[in-house]
Amino acid sequence: MSELTLTAIRLGFLALLWLFVLTAVSVMRSDLFGTKVTTRPRTSTRMGRPGRSRPPKAGKPGPPKAGRPGLPVRPRRGAARNLVITEGPLAGTSVRLGDEPVTIGRAPDCTLVLADDFTSARHARLFSRDGSWFVEDLGSTNGTYLERTKVIGQVAVPVGTPIRIGKTVVELRK
Amino acid sequence: MSAATVAPASTRSRRAAELVMLLFAIALAMAAYASVSLARLGRLPSDMLGYGVGLGALMLLAHVTVRRTARYADPVLLPVVTLLNGLGLVMIHRLDLASSNRVTSLAGWVLHGDAPLQLVWTAVGVLAFVVVLVAVRDHRVLQRYTYTSMVVGLGLLLLPLVPGLGHVVNSANIWIRLGPLSFQPGEAAKIVLIVFFAGYLVAKRDVLALAGQRFLGVDLPRGRDLGPILLAWLASLGVLVFERDLGTSLLFFGTFVVVLYVATERLSWLLIGLVLFLGGSYAAYLIFAHVRQRVDIWLHPFAHVNEPGGSYQLVQGLFGMASGGILGTGLGRGRPDIVPLVKSDFIVAAFGEELGLTGLMALIVLYGIIVERGLRTAIAARDAFGKLLAAGLAVGLGIQVFVIVGGVTRLVPLTGLTTPFLSYGGSSLLANWVLVALLLRVSDSARRPAAAPQAASIEETQVVRL
Repeated sequence: MSELTLTAIRLGFLALLWLFVLTAVSVMRSDLFGTKVTTRPRTSTRMGRPGRSRPPKAGKPGPPKAGRPGLPVRPRRGAARNLVITEGPLAGTSVRLGDEPVTIGRAPDCTLVLADDFTSARHARLFSRDGSWFVEDLGSTNGTYLERTKVIGQVAVPVGTPIRIGKTVVELRK
Repeated sequence: MSAATVAPASTRSRRAAELVMLLFAIALAMAAYASVSLARLGRLPSDMLGYGVGLGALMLLAHVTVRRTARYADPVLLPVVTLLNGLGLVMIHRLDLASSNRVTSLAGWVLHGDAPLQLVWTAVGVLAFVVVLVAVRDHRVLQRYTYTSMVVGLGLLLLPLVPGLGHVVNSANIWIRLGPLSFQPGEAAKIVLIVFFAGYLVAKRDVLALAGQRFLGVDLPRGRDLGPILLAWLASLGVLVFERDLGTSLLFFGTFVVVLYVATERLSWLLIGLVLFLGGSYAAYLIFAHVRQRVDIWLHPFAHVNEPGGSYQLVQGLFGMASGGILGTGLGRGRPDIVPLVKSDFIVAAFGEELGLTGLMALIVLYGIIVERGLRTAIAARDAFGKLLAAGLAVGLGIQVFVIVGGVTRLVPLTGLTTPFLSYGGSSLLANWVLVALLLRVSDSARRPAAAPQAASIEETQVVRL
């Protein structure tokens, strides 16, 4: 084996090693540029803006598109895509919505786990039916409020309307 | 816990990227293997295809398991870890070629050198990775075993002190021996104790975050809340004193302090931890001869070369890295086998010699990538326990790499820790594969779009409504 070949192998291996590192970095790059970073406001002044909220469309509720199982179905235009916490200890957190129901509470198996002493273990549930979202109280101690009214049974949630759960306020965003 | 929340905008699982990178990693390991053989024997190794296919099958198993059980897990971790493990295997094989053929037998099989045994441990590690991913479907289950893991972790740490079971190697009492197998329980204790730290601090962080007096712009905690950190400090000092293992002691205390900081967001805990650490190490320096010797060797390595227990190993490692220079001597063309214990403690020096500064930097960047992915998982995790667990696992690995690489390169006093995935040693390899499996489990739940609630909770809801 000539010295030249061995040198070529040596340098080639180092180049490949760094190529691997750069490949890893470029895969991570999609995480840097493809993510949404929400800075949590320390004191949130944002309240629900009823002017922007849109009542759920009655009439023809398009059935969710049959996507591949396991993948979230792409929501229709105008439907809520994110659940955002606007007030409370976790303010700024957002949860992407699929077509699965979202349970909110302090129990660790909830979809959205709140560290809020005024919420119950399983406090409320949000679920979508025919393209619009509904909230339902799960028998919580302190109750769930949609704007100012206490939630009894299943209530439709327009986009941008604050839902108060303990000290936490969440709202649906597009 | 953090000032910002990161939500992945794309809901792609990135499993294809993982597969491509995994193949790349295996190809690189095989290229290293071929390059060693070309340099030492002047021909391509005859069993290269076999090993390539074997390693490929093993990693494919890991990949398929991730696809099945952790679809949205981080795509970079598994390939990076595969590459590190593969390069470690190649380096151990290369050191086997240099030393006289040591023959060991395992269950009737005759093995030449250490590389085949390390290969067996790699397979065991990957199987453990698969088992953890399949068995732990939700990392939050681990939170239930908070105090169990404390007992188990402390038990594992103390195991080498049990008479008849413990086994002293190079003055460090960190091994246990059961028949023909010896095991370093500290490696397993690392993971179990991180689970305990995370579970415990999730429950107690509200109290520990309470501010006491304000001093020099830092909110100090209340005096009565100092209990846990003092306990962790005493436990790690105990490891230092009774097992004479500086590295493990530093690893545990450092990880605990960082997880405490992540849990409470209070800078004061880091400062208190630093003060306690400095005080403890200074006291250890004054009291214990072996600590003093380590510090002496670190400061004046060339003065103690010929003493027993002196700096011969460290100095040979430094000479090796110096002869490697920027681009290295090339795989199989240096003399890393001169360094004592090069396969376990000083494998970093072997890489520094044969791959040079360029290659060593690439390896350290790979470790940096693992830590970064772990911390990022911690930021994106939606539950507090997952945040602390991911941060703890990532920081634990990071501190371990820092302590050993810093020790070998004479940045900090040398303490015996294994280099994760590279070093020869079954317990370390096994423990680190389990660690990566747990990280992938947390990152799957963090990156999953609209976390699907368990079927059980929906059932429960319906029961309530009836």
